[in-house]
Amino acid sequence: MQISARNAGVTTIFDVSGDIDFATSPEIRRSLLHEIRESRPSCVLMNLSRVRYIDSSAVASLVEGLKASRDFGSRFVLFGLSPYAREVLQLSRLLKVFEVYDNEEQALAS
Amino acid sequence: MKTFPQTRGRKAQPRGRAFADGVLLQLALPSDSSLLCVVRATVARLAALLKFSGADCRSVTRAVDEAMTNILRHSYKGRRHQPIVIQFKQLRQAQDTGLEVILWDEGPPIDCSKLRPRDFTQLRPGGLGLHFIRQAMDTVEFSRMGDANQLRLLKYTRGATATAEL
Repeated sequence: MQISARNAGVTTIFDVSGDIDFATSPEIRRSLLHEIRESRPSCVLMNLSRVRYIDSSAVASLVEGLKASRDFGSRFVLFGLSPYAREVLQLSRLLKVFEVYDNEEQALAS
Repeated sequence: MKTFPQTRGRKAQPRGRAFADGVLLQLALPSDSSLLCVVRATVARLAALLKFSGADCRSVTRAVDEAMTNILRHSYKGRRHQPIVIQFKQLRQAQDTGLEVILWDEGPPIDCSKLRPRDFTQLRPGGLGLHFIRQAMDTVEFSRMGDANQLRLLKYTRGATATAEL
């Protein structure tokens, strides 16, 4: 799993690739919470287009990111979900809780 | 660090025994989260070989991944080098075939009264693993066998044709 951050104005975009599971989700959580709490971006976008697998700990990390964003008045947006990731969020009954877009252009324009 | 295999009079444990009828594969591995991806790849291929549908291959893989994660997180509380055994057995019934997966660990006994369904009315992290397992499998049974926890998972193919993309 790899995660990197880039900025687009007041938005932080996280590009994630690989599998997010119990072994790798702590890094996602750390990166997300550090960015939200320290940099205070007005919007956080999670690019999941290159994520192959997500498990319950990945979903938990995304929920923590969402909650932290709300606490700091930021938006938290997911885009590029694979059918698999979408399926897992659906099973978690969280698909409608997150702001989800098909691609980066749509997410930035939202 | 514990060693494999161990044979401490654990009657229900298959370690060190000849494979019983229907046993396709048995993994003995340490409690290391970096091995989750290896287990997922194994389960996905095995489920496809047994002609589960693509959706069922994904859900069985997810269930075993979550079950192993629960062992790492709750049974061993992050301690590494603890033993985990996963056995895969082919099921054959009159009109159906399937897969039995049994996971053993040597953590403290599980308190089944704490294994409650997740409350989906609250937005909170955690608690989804067991939900994924129950959603995926036809049977989910926890038991204590000697000094080991045993989780038995069953899934039937229901005549599906394998189209797994793994």
